[in-house]
Amino acid sequence: MTSPILSARDLQIGFQPSRGSRTVVARGLNLDLYAGEFVCLAGPNGVGKSTLLRTLTRLQPALGGEVLLSGRALHAYSNKELAGMVSIVLTEHVQVNVMRVRELVGLGRSPYTGIFDSRTQQDEAAVQKALELTDVVHLAERFVQELSDGERQRVMIARALAQEPLLLVLDEPTAFLDLPGRITIMHLLRDLARGRQQAVLTSTHDLDLAMRTADRIWLMDRNGGISQGSPEDLVLNGEFGRTFSQLNLRYDALTGQFEEEGDDAKPVVLRAEGLAAVWTARALRRAGFEVLVDGAPELPFVEVEGQGLGACWRLTWQGVSREVSSIYALLAALLELS
Amino acid sequence: MKARPDKTTTIRGPAARGWVIALFAIILAAAFVVSLSLGSVSIPLKDIIGILLGKPALKESWTTIILNFRLTKALTALLAGAALSVAGLQMQTMFRNPLADPFILGINSGASLGVALAVLAIGTTGSILMAGISTAGDLGLAIAASIGAGLVLGLILLVGRQVRNPTTLLILGLMFGYAASAVTSLLIYFSLPERIQAYTVWSYGSFSGVTWSQLRVMAPVILVGLAVTIFLPKPLNALLLGEEYARSMGVDVRWTRVFILLSASVLAGTVTAFCGPIGFIGVAVPHLCRNLLHSANHKSLLPAAALLGGALALLADAIAQLPGSQFVLPINVVTSLFGAPFVVWVIIKQRKGRTSFSV
Repeated sequence: MTSPILSARDLQIGFQPSRGSRTVVARGLNLDLYAGEFVCLAGPNGVGKSTLLRTLTRLQPALGGEVLLSGRALHAYSNKELAGMVSIVLTEHVQVNVMRVRELVGLGRSPYTGIFDSRTQQDEAAVQKALELTDVVHLAERFVQELSDGERQRVMIARALAQEPLLLVLDEPTAFLDLPGRITIMHLLRDLARGRQQAVLTSTHDLDLAMRTADRIWLMDRNGGISQGSPEDLVLNGEFGRTFSQLNLRYDALTGQFEEEGDDAKPVVLRAEGLAAVWTARALRRAGFEVLVDGAPELPFVEVEGQGLGACWRLTWQGVSREVSSIYALLAALLELS
Repeated sequence: MKARPDKTTTIRGPAARGWVIALFAIILAAAFVVSLSLGSVSIPLKDIIGILLGKPALKESWTTIILNFRLTKALTALLAGAALSVAGLQMQTMFRNPLADPFILGINSGASLGVALAVLAIGTTGSILMAGISTAGDLGLAIAASIGAGLVLGLILLVGRQVRNPTTLLILGLMFGYAASAVTSLLIYFSLPERIQAYTVWSYGSFSGVTWSQLRVMAPVILVGLAVTIFLPKPLNALLLGEEYARSMGVDVRWTRVFILLSASVLAGTVTAFCGPIGFIGVAVPHLCRNLLHSANHKSLLPAAALLGGALALLADAIAQLPGSQFVLPINVVTSLFGAPFVVWVIIKQRKGRTSFSV
């Protein structure tokens, strides 16, 4: 493999508010990031994902170890050199008034312009290309404060791209977005990494989406340890289960979903086929039942006949049998009987 | 999403902004002429221009009035308005706070303390010193105010290099201001009424007390303070996104902050020293410029603020003369009383166009 764009060696991250006092968030981190790679940094809230990203981008100093950017120590770069290699998108909602999208994206050219900020053709071309890549060309003359959250986030990514970085780092870029918005952003990030000579590193809460899009996941646990691997590897080797078990969550390797770990889940036997089976099982789990394929006859028994519009759910329990025409009614009946 | 028709977008591009700035320059020139022609003695415009060009006037007294009173006053107003507006713009952007003004870090409280010390404390304790200050005239007050403002500025710069968070700096500035004001209040409390009167008159603010000899100090300082801002549009634009984004785009935030603090404080401190604390212009003009130019780009905003600030200070002074009467109002009364409704009107008008009131 080629040499990494960014690598961390025995990195120690945290805060040092004053001399002598320091709070270590994580230590002994060894990480590598390669060109063309889309990496998601995942983990429970408060484990130090932002601290790691801020340390890797030099927004805060490392407490120990070293970070290498293109093989050279991160602290050896000047501000301007670094700005031409690494760009960021922060969680913080940027409040700017009467600034047009093209102007905002143009700020990304700062590392390349002189003290009077005069723009060359090359600068304008880079801005235009950033607008195109993020699909916001049609918004270029709009004011930033008029944009929706999703549009605004794409514009902030465009600004970061205008810096023509080797490495694009984002902190929770999907935090304020609805589901379609989140999917759009994650796909955009994946496409930006793929087939280009840059790496994209983003932290996210959205594990489900990260698993569908990331080339690799850095999974950070409560003790500040990071396990790396393709999403599927992390499922198979049980890292997901281990990381999130501390939160009363159980990672179901079969469904690829998190389940709340309840001790009082009541078993229900379900016999069904096709889509109806999938969604009925899902609804039962949501309502706090454990879904079994086979079980003792005294357990509640749900049978689904037919599919789609004509489907019918039959619930048999304690000698009572009831037939309903929707999952909603089925759950109501279950609650009533139990 | 379909692009909705953008009614607020009457001004597009740098060319249109250039025209608005040119318009501000014309307004400034007009305000300057108006300021020269207003006064208790009526002098024809033709003669005013003649006097300015060095020709002998119809009456000897006219030359004296124009050159030694009206011209100094107009130049002072112009410089003060420009300085306060540019300083206010810098502070609003640096702190990303629409309510920031040039004095937010306590510069004018420091100047007030200096003046209070000169007028009140020294006045009551040592009449010889006071006599010395009187002979130095208002220049004595200017020196006292400069020392006060300079001390606060030094404190701010000292702290500004250490503090990471701009909000912390803001709070510290506020505390400096409170402390200085408290000492000033204490001095007033223990002073003789006639001394308090002198202090109060200074605190109303005035452009008319500045003489040529004072202008020789004030003008170069302000012009230098304004001139160095040609290096600031790029870092100020980046700072609109916050310090971290600015840093990630290659801006040396610490150095920039010291540069901005120095420039804004010298501008504001100089005006306060010579004219007294002039409120309102420094906070209102940046907002007017943003709203009228439809831009947050400091390449346009800085010259626009200087021109419009100068023009509005001249107009405020003209109104303060109460043309046709013998009364002269304090300049702060005029800027706030006439300026506030005007700014409210501009902002409400713009708000309908979805442009919100922020930095």
